Amino acid sequence: MISTGTRINICNYNQLPSMIGQVFVIDHEEIAVFRLSNGKVRAIENKSPHPKGGKLADGLISGEFIYCPIHDWKISLVDGKVQAPDRGLVKTFPIEIDGEDVFLIV
Amino acid sequence: MAKRKLVMIGNGMAGVRVIEEILKLNRDLYEITIFGNEPHPNYNRIQLSNVLQGNTTFEETIINDLNWYAANLIQLFTGETVTGIDTNKKLVISDRGREVAYDELILATGSLPFVLPVPGADKEGVIGFRDIKDCEDMIQTAKQYKKAVVIGGGLLGLEAAKGLIHLGMKVDIVHLMEHLMERQLDAVASSMLKRELEEQGMNFLMEKATVELTGSDRVEGIRFKDGTETEADLVVMAAGIKPNVSLAKESGIYVNRGIVVNDFMETNIPHVYAVGECAEHREIVYGLVAPLYEQGKVLAQVLCNQKDKGYEGSITGTQLKVSGIDLFSAGEIYDDNTSKAIVVHNEYEGIYKKVLVRDDHIVGIVLYGDTKDSNRLFKMLNEKQDVSDFTSISFLHSQEASDTNDVASMPNDEVVCGCNGISKETIVNAIQEEGVTTVEQVGGCTNAGRSCGRCKPVIQDIIAYTLGDEFAQTAEKKTVCGCTTLSRDEVVEEIREKGLTTIKEVMNVLHWKNEEGCSKCRPALNYFLGMIYPDYADERDSRLVNEKMHANIQKDGTYSVIPRMYGGVTTAKDLRKLADIAEKYDVQLLKITGGQRIGLYGLEKEQLPAVWEDLGMPSGYAYGKTLRTVKTCVGAQFCRFGTQDSMSLGIELEKRFERLDTPHKVKMGVSACPRNCAEAGIKDVGIVGLDGGWEIYVAGNGGTDLRAGDLLCKVKTEEEVYEITGAYLQYYRETALYLERTSTWVERVGLDHVKEVLANEKTRNELNERLNQTLARYEEPWQKAVEEEQIRNAYYSKRELLKL
Repeated sequence: MISTGTRINICNYNQLPSMIGQVFVIDHEEIAVFRLSNGKVRAIENKSPHPKGGKLADGLISGEFIYCPIHDWKISLVDGKVQAPDRGLVKTFPIEIDGEDVFLIV
Repeated sequence: MAKRKLVMIGNGMAGVRVIEEILKLNRDLYEITIFGNEPHPNYNRIQLSNVLQGNTTFEETIINDLNWYAANLIQLFTGETVTGIDTNKKLVISDRGREVAYDELILATGSLPFVLPVPGADKEGVIGFRDIKDCEDMIQTAKQYKKAVVIGGGLLGLEAAKGLIHLGMKVDIVHLMEHLMERQLDAVASSMLKRELEEQGMNFLMEKATVELTGSDRVEGIRFKDGTETEADLVVMAAGIKPNVSLAKESGIYVNRGIVVNDFMETNIPHVYAVGECAEHREIVYGLVAPLYEQGKVLAQVLCNQKDKGYEGSITGTQLKVSGIDLFSAGEIYDDNTSKAIVVHNEYEGIYKKVLVRDDHIVGIVLYGDTKDSNRLFKMLNEKQDVSDFTSISFLHSQEASDTNDVASMPNDEVVCGCNGISKETIVNAIQEEGVTTVEQVGGCTNAGRSCGRCKPVIQDIIAYTLGDEFAQTAEKKTVCGCTTLSRDEVVEEIREKGLTTIKEVMNVLHWKNEEGCSKCRPALNYFLGMIYPDYADERDSRLVNEKMHANIQKDGTYSVIPRMYGGVTTAKDLRKLADIAEKYDVQLLKITGGQRIGLYGLEKEQLPAVWEDLGMPSGYAYGKTLRTVKTCVGAQFCRFGTQDSMSLGIELEKRFERLDTPHKVKMGVSACPRNCAEAGIKDVGIVGLDGGWEIYVAGNGGTDLRAGDLLCKVKTEEEVYEITGAYLQYYRETALYLERTSTWVERVGLDHVKEVLANEKTRNELNERLNQTLARYEEPWQKAVEEEQIRNAYYSKRELLKL
């Protein structure tokens, strides 16, 4: 389990490709990080909330949402909420950008 | 047991409905032959006026397309007239000298327009209003001439007149009587109708008896009994129809006004039946579709040895199909001493409703301006319901109270589609159980709304009511997705017209509701742009996971790797390589796939580039909306039955068309003989070798929508196979909806249409040219990932971090 509150420098902002999910593994837990078209960076747990599971990083990104690559659920990258008519919640992680450095808070 | 021979003369709505009913009861009883003198499959004659009025097209009026006949093994002779029946020898003879024997014979010859017996009626420019040819004549005439005269102010005449106005002609309607549609409307409703139609541009010549059509070869005018005249470039005889009985009469079958039948549709000659507008039952000849369908059902039962209650006659309801006019009538029109009328005449809103009641039962209905109640009242009339307890008139109630009534309060057993006898319940079940969401789909699985079409608005309401909120998303038009109100065709046209070149540009210019689209439109737009522009720069991040990663994602998030094995042919070297790699990466599963190749399953995405590099084989695209595999049999190289070299042809096809983006996946198969070991009959494109040539089958499907392929053509050489296949693929690429398999695409556009397009050599060449330009843009994706670090980092990396 990841305890909360640790600030990890995960990469340089310019190394993050836009609109392509990047996977970071911390304590055996996968976190998917996305640089959106508006420039913001979002991080969620790389695990679909769908009962059958699956990973999210390779899903299609639109605005501040990702579509689950396996079940096509639409999930907010801001609060992790699965959009209606489906239901569920994905864990989200705060991101801080300091100059060129991207920090993930776990 | 050998099948019995059923022959039907006539290929219209009533007759073909009998066949449909028979097939429902027992598919295996009859070997069926149908003769139709028109050169078309069964189409919806009732909709012809809508074709003229521009509300629908000829294609859309087809009820049973040629595939239906083929699928049900019905021998259809179109454009061929039966000229004789030998009821002793039990055979029919056609105008082409064809003799066909029957065990049972159905006469469904329909009716002919009633041509006034006046001098000049045989002049050029004088036509009826009965079939597609009449419509085509009208459309042609309207291009050259200005003035049309319709004789007859009944249903048929008014619908024809409206159509001619739509075609841009000036139209006079000649009517013998004082009121229009006097058999269906009373004087009040009739005058309301006349006023409305005059506003729509019709000019009425009332109480005029035609005595002569004037002119030289072509009609130029009409002269009436009172000495007046009017000019005419076209005269449409719509004063009535008469049963088409001459063949029956000449063949010794008893004919009065129509071919006389009993309650089981049997004529006086054993094994000869009549149904539809040519039949006379209890001295009535019906011309409306609902009673004819009832007759059809009875006849089907008789022919399938399931005789039940016979046909006992019908009370019919009528409506006029002229846009902007709501009108319904049934039963008695005029009140007499024994009946009482309940009348609502709302001049303010132009609504007139009259119900005639005798002994507490409705015996007649006339509705004008608002026909919402027609089905309900008609049911009360037919079932002789006691109406003494009903509120007769609701006077100036608030709007809400009356609006809620419609669909919600409609009883489940109320008939919505009178023509086909389909109840609300049946429609609701179809929506809930079959998941249908449009009027057309409801029609597809229940037949509701497929005849006169009057009930379509009610079906629409029932869909809206049953689906509730979901309905908003599934409105009539099939849009690309929820982000736009445009359909696939509209989007493609806009892209072409406005020269849009990127997904972002398409979304901006066409006012997409979601700025960056969704998982439905982004891949679709990426496809459309790639289809339109051969040199389009693919937008990888608008593809869904498998195509983006060039590997199939598995349920646990791992991927599979399936390299090409062209035509399912491999080598010891490649097999050894696959075995070594499977061991090296400890793959979870090594499997022969359904497409004759080998898949490695359970790889992490960061392993993919290394696996690909070790393999050194091209991607098999087992994940793409593209050509998957070409399955082949061993063929003439080894098989003692093989007549052709199927392996070589399959390998060449796979090499030519691999990587091509298509609307959905495409699978091919090549067999060297009709034993078809490569299962070419259920492939999107299936090739079967024959002695001296190849058969090309298309639109087969072995998956969700199991479908046998249709024979597209036979060719002699491999070169022709490539040419036809290329043109076919490109035409599919250019016209199919995104994610529409070839099987559904062909069903939608029609095999004959595809054949017609591909029959033109110039078109074929152009299609192949565009296809080849497109094929030139592709690069081998695995190789590219191996070579380019940037791709590997962006798509195939996973970074371990330490928490400090």
